[in-house]
Amino acid sequence: MANVKARVKAPKTVKKGEIFEVKSLITHKMESGQRKGKDGKKIPRQIINKFVCSYNGKDVFSSNWHGAVSANPYLSFHIKAVESGSLDLTWTDDSGAVFKKSTKIKVT
Amino acid sequence: MRKLYIGALSVAALTFAVGCSVQLAKTWGKYEVEDRRSGYTYRIAETRRIQDDDFENPGMMWVDEGSSLWGTKDGKAGKACASCHNDASATMAKAGTEYPKFNSKTGKMQNLEQRINQCRTKNMEAKAFKWESSQMLGMTTFVRHQSRGQAMNVKVDGDAAAFFKKGENFYNERRGQLDMSCSNCHEDNAGNMARADMLSQGHSNGFPTYRLKWQKVGSLHRRFRGCDKNIRATPFEYGSDEYVNLEFYLAWRGRGLPVETPSVRN
Repeated sequence: MANVKARVKAPKTVKKGEIFEVKSLITHKMESGQRKGKDGKKIPRQIINKFVCSYNGKDVFSSNWHGAVSANPYLSFHIKAVESGSLDLTWTDDSGAVFKKSTKIKVT
Repeated sequence: MRKLYIGALSVAALTFAVGCSVQLAKTWGKYEVEDRRSGYTYRIAETRRIQDDDFENPGMMWVDEGSSLWGTKDGKAGKACASCHNDASATMAKAGTEYPKFNSKTGKMQNLEQRINQCRTKNMEAKAFKWESSQMLGMTTFVRHQSRGQAMNVKVDGDAAAFFKKGENFYNERRGQLDMSCSNCHEDNAGNMARADMLSQGHSNGFPTYRLKWQKVGSLHRRFRGCDKNIRATPFEYGSDEYVNLEFYLAWRGRGLPVETPSVRN
C-alpha cells in the first residue's frame, strides 16, 4: 500500500497492577534488500529497524528488528498498568521515516 | 499371563480406534457444505488464527482503504460510490455472493472489478482503477467484505448458461507444458501435497485474499495467473473473458460456502 497505516489495540480500562496485552499492526512493504529490480540492480533494503512503545513518556517496550520480518508486521506484547495515560508506539525504518500511533488507557 | 497381555492389547486397540473416529468426525462448521470445503480448512492453525482475528488479519487494512475510497468523490461528475449506493453495509450486502453476473449491454459475464470500473467510467466519469492496484484491491475487498458470512449464490441459468459451460470446459481442459487442468489438482488431488503445499479444493469464496506468499492482498485473477504459470501455460490477461467465465464457474462450484473476504492463505 502506498500510505503507511498503523493501528493499535489496547483495553480502554484496566485495573491498576494488571498486566494487559497491546496489539499493533502497521502496513509496511519491508523491502528485504535481497531482491533485484527489472534493471538487474538490487533494490535497497528498507525495513522497520526499531520499534518503541512508551507509556506516559517512559519507554516500556522496545525492540530492534533485523531481516526476515514479514511485510505488514503484527506485534503484540504485554505491559503492566500503572497509571492512566497514553501509549505511544513508534516505528522507525531504514530511510529514517518515523510512524507513530497512540492510544489512551484508563487505569482504575 | 498371556491372556492378560492380549486383553491389555485389545483395550489399547479399542482406545486407538475411538481416538481415530473422533479425528475423522472433525467438522469444519460453516466452512464445510456437503462435500465442499473452504480453503480455510486446508490451512494450518496459525494461518487460520490470523484470519479469525480481525485485528491481526492484515487484509482488514485493505478493507479500511476501500472504506475511505467509498466516500471519496472522484471524476468529473463529482460523485463518490456513496452518492448513489449510500451505506455499503446495506446496498452491497449481497454483491459479494452474486458476482460474476450476466451483463445484457455487453452480452458477457461481468465480475466485481469490471462492475466497479463501469461505475467509475460511466457514472462517475473518473479514470478506471488499474487491476491489482491498491485502490482496486481496496475497493473489491471492501465491497466483498460486506457479504462476509453469506453463502455464495450465483445464477447460472438463462443468459448466463452458455458462459457457465465455457467456464466449466476451461476448468476441465488440459493446458500448458505439464498438460494439466484445474481439476487435476483441485478435484483429483485436493488434500494431497504438491511439494510442501497442501492442495485445496480451489474455491474462490475467500478472494480477494491476503496471501502470506504475496505479503499483500491479491485478486482471484492473480491466483489464476499463478496457477497457469505453475503448469507452464501462458497466463491470460487480468479480466479476460476466459478468467471471468472461470471465476463464474468457480463461484457456482463453491455454492453455499460463506464469503470470507478478506481471507488469509499461505
